[in-house]
Amino acid sequence: MFGSIRHEPQDEVEVAEIIRRAADRFSPLRIEGGGTKSSAGRPIRADTVLSSANLRGVTMHEPSELVIQARSGTPVDVVQALLRENGQDLPFEPPSLSSLYGARGRPTIGALAAMNLSGPRRISVGAARDCLLGVRFVNGRGEIVKSGGRVMKNVTGLDLVKLVAGSWGTLGFITEVTFKVLPSARASGTLCIEGLSDADAIEILTRAMGSSYDVSGAAHIPEQDMDVPAQTLVRIEGSSASVEVRANRLRALLGEGRTVLSFDEERSAAIWSGIRELAPLRVRSDEVVWRLSVPPDRAAEVTAFVGSKLEGARWYFDWSGGLIWLALPSRTETEYNSVRVVIQKVGGHATLVRASEDVRRSVPVFQELPPALMAITAQLKNAFDPAGILNPSLMYERI
Amino acid sequence: MIEIPAPDLTILDRRPQIIHDLEKLVPTGSFISSGDELRVYETDALTAYRRVPLAVVLPTTTEQVSSVLRYCSENGVKVVARGAGTSLAGGAIPQEDAVVIGLSKMNRVLSVNYRNRTARVQAGITNLAVSQAVGPGGFFYAPDPSSQLACSIGGNIAMNSGGAHCLKYGVTTNNLLGVTLVLIDGTIMELGGEHLDSPGYDLLGLICGSEGQLGIVTEATVRIIRAAENARPALLGFDTAEAAGAAVAAIIGAGIIPVALEYMDRTAIEITEGYAKAGYPLDVEAMLIVEVEGTSEEIDVALEQIINIASAHRPRSVKVSRGAVESAAIWKGRKAAFGATGRISDYICMDGTIPTGQLPYVLQRTGEIIAAYELRVANVFHAGDGNLHPLILFDINKPGEMEKAEAAGEELLKLCVEVGGCLTGEHGVGIEKRDLMRVQFSQVDLDQQMRARAVFDPRWLLNPAKVFPLDRRLVTQRVS
Repeated sequence: MFGSIRHEPQDEVEVAEIIRRAADRFSPLRIEGGGTKSSAGRPIRADTVLSSANLRGVTMHEPSELVIQARSGTPVDVVQALLRENGQDLPFEPPSLSSLYGARGRPTIGALAAMNLSGPRRISVGAARDCLLGVRFVNGRGEIVKSGGRVMKNVTGLDLVKLVAGSWGTLGFITEVTFKVLPSARASGTLCIEGLSDADAIEILTRAMGSSYDVSGAAHIPEQDMDVPAQTLVRIEGSSASVEVRANRLRALLGEGRTVLSFDEERSAAIWSGIRELAPLRVRSDEVVWRLSVPPDRAAEVTAFVGSKLEGARWYFDWSGGLIWLALPSRTETEYNSVRVVIQKVGGHATLVRASEDVRRSVPVFQELPPALMAITAQLKNAFDPAGILNPSLMYERI
Repeated sequence: MIEIPAPDLTILDRRPQIIHDLEKLVPTGSFISSGDELRVYETDALTAYRRVPLAVVLPTTTEQVSSVLRYCSENGVKVVARGAGTSLAGGAIPQEDAVVIGLSKMNRVLSVNYRNRTARVQAGITNLAVSQAVGPGGFFYAPDPSSQLACSIGGNIAMNSGGAHCLKYGVTTNNLLGVTLVLIDGTIMELGGEHLDSPGYDLLGLICGSEGQLGIVTEATVRIIRAAENARPALLGFDTAEAAGAAVAAIIGAGIIPVALEYMDRTAIEITEGYAKAGYPLDVEAMLIVEVEGTSEEIDVALEQIINIASAHRPRSVKVSRGAVESAAIWKGRKAAFGATGRISDYICMDGTIPTGQLPYVLQRTGEIIAAYELRVANVFHAGDGNLHPLILFDINKPGEMEKAEAAGEELLKLCVEVGGCLTGEHGVGIEKRDLMRVQFSQVDLDQQMRARAVFDPRWLLNPAKVFPLDRRLVTQRVS
C-alpha cells in the first residue's frame, strides 16, 4: 500500500515493542503473514502493517515425538518439506487457497493457526486447532504470552491455544506455533460412484463415515455439465494391505449394485488436492464464494434451497456434506442474506470467503452471533487487545 | 498442605436466608442442607482435603441451573459445580461458603444422530453410559478415563479428560461439538452444535478444560465413532525401563500409531496382577500394553510389525491376546491400577506430561527423587503421549508421610516442566497443582488467562479456590 508503514520485526521482543508503541497511540496494525489472504475477512483500515516475514525457521522437530515447532512466518511448504523427509505431514491437510485469492506469495504456518485452516482430512484427524499444541503470541498490550506447549496432553490452565486459533490475528500476533504431526499414509486410494443426486450422495457419504473403515475423505461433486457426471468420492489411507482390505469392504457396503470405480494413488492425490483447493468450483473472477459449515444430514436441504432461490449457484460438498463450498454470481444484499437464512434454519454457519471489498463491507463476512455471545466475544477481544489495534474489525465490526 | 481460603463470614451469617431462598428454586428432593447429607459432598477423589458446603442443589433442568446461578450471582454466593466427584485434583472440593451444583440428576441421552455421528447428552451422564447408549449401533464415545464407569461428561468437559485411547482418538476437546453453557448471571448460551468449527472465537475450546470457572455446562453434543471391527492388545515385557522407553520411541518413530500404548513398572504390575489376575508378566521391570485395531487382517500385520520393532530392544516376554476374554482382562488390569493400589496403600497420583524422548531420564530421576524421600512409587502411564502417572505410595497414619509424598510429587511435576512438559495432562489443576502454576507459567501468561476468565466471572464466584494461585489474582471490570 502506497505511503503505508511496514514493520518486519526480527524477533518477538521487537514485535512486543512495536505493538506496545502502537497501543499507546491507538494506532491500528494490519497483521500479515505471506500476504496471500489479504482480501479475506472484512476490509480493515490500518496503514501500518506488522509482518511475520522475518520470523522464519523451524525451531524444533522431533520425529519420534510427532511434533514440530516453527516461527510464525515460516512458509507452510518449508515445514511440509521437512516433515515429508521424515515420512510425516501436518495431519489436517491445510489448504493454501492461493488460487481462490489469486495470490502469489507463500502461506505461512502462523496464518494456518490464526485462520484454523483445515482440508478434507479434518473429518478423520481434526482441524488445525486440534493439532495445535502450543502458541507464543504478543497480545495487544505488547506482552509476550505462551499457552499450551509441545506435548500431546496438556490441560494446565485455560486453553488459550484454542482461542487464538481461528481468531484471525485479532487477539494477538502469533510468533511461534507447535503442531502435532502424523506419519504420512504409505498408501491411499479413492472409491467413486457416479451420477448421484446431492441427497443420495450425502446418504452414501454418511454411511461410509459411519463404517469402521477409517475413511479420511468424503466429498461429492455434483454434475458440472453433460460430459462430467456427478462424483461421490470416498478416500482411504494407510498401509497398502490395509487400504486394499478396507477398499473391498467399503465397495461392498456402498455399492449395492452400483458401479464403484477405484482411483489409484496418483489420481486419488490429484482429486483430493483439488477438493482441498476448491478446484471443482472453477470459480470465475466475478463470482463470490461462500463456505458453509452445516450438519451433514441437512446439507442436501441447504443446497436444494440455495439452488431454488439463487440462479447460477454452484457448489460441492466436503466433510461428508458438513462443508459446502458455494459460488454465486455477484448479487444484491438481500440475496446474500438468503444464504444466512437457510443456515439459521438448519444450524451451522456461513462465511463469505471471497467477495469484492464493497460487498465485504456491507455483508457480514462471518455469521452474526447471538447478542449474548457477541458481548462475550467483544469482552474477550478487550481482554487481549484493550486498545483495539490488532486487525481491528477484521472479523466483526467491533472485533 | 494446600490452602483452602477461609469462608466469608458474612455469607455464613446469611446461611438460613440463602437456604430458604435456594430451596424454592429447585424441585423437592433436589435440595440438601442438613449436615449428614452435606458430608457426602465434602470432598472428591482428593480425599485428604474436605470442606462441608453451605448447601447442595441437584437441578433437573438447565433452567434450574440458570435460576440458581442468577441467585448466587445476585447475592455474591460462591458456586462449585460437581459431576460425579471423581476429580483427583480436587476440582470438585467445595468450601463452607459455597453452594454445590451437582449435575447427577441430569443424566439422560437426549438424542443420537448416527448420520452425523453425534450424541446429545445431559452433563451428568456417566462417560461409559454414552458409549453404552450408542454401543448397539456399533458406536462408542472415544475419551475413556479410567474412572469412566463413574465420571460424568460434564466433569470430563471441565477437565478436558483423556484416557488410554486418546493416542488415536484425541481427548475431550477433540470430541466435543457443542454445549449448553449457563453463565454466572444465569444467561443460557448455546455453543457449537452438529456442525464443525465455529464462527467467531472458539469459545467451545476455551470452555473445555476450564474447570468450572467460566460457567456450568448442562448439555453437550459429542462425537461418536464407529468401533473398529476388532481390537487386540499385546503385552511386551522388558528388563529395564530404558528398553521399554526406547521401544515406545521406535514404534512411533516407525510411523505406527497404536490405538493405545500403556506403560506399567514392576511395582504397578505386581499390585495390579495381585488384584485383577490380568496375566501380566511378573519377571520384568517394565511392561507395555500395545493395542491395535482394524480388520483382523490389519491387526495381524500391525502386531507383527510392532513386535519386530520391539524385538530390537530385547523384550523378555511377548504375549498377544488370543481373544476377547484375554483382551478384557488386560484392560481390566490397567484400568484397575489406581483402585488396586488404593487397596494396599495410601497414594497420591501425579499427572505430568513429558516429551516422550525424555522417558528414560524422567523415570530414572523419579526413582531417585522417591528414594530420597524414602517412599515407594508405582508407575502407570500413557507412554505414547508421555502422560505420566507415578503413584506415590505412603502411609497416612505415619506422621509427616503425606507431607513427604506431596513434596516428592511437587518435585516430580517440576521435573516434568523442566524437561519441556507440563503439570497436568488430563486430571486438571484443581487445588492440587494450583500453587505450582508459576513453575509452568509466567505472571504475564497467568494474567492473560485471568483476564479471559474475568470476562465470564469477574467476581471469582465460580469454583474460585482452584487453578490460579491465591495471590496476585487479577480482577478486571467488565466493559459494556
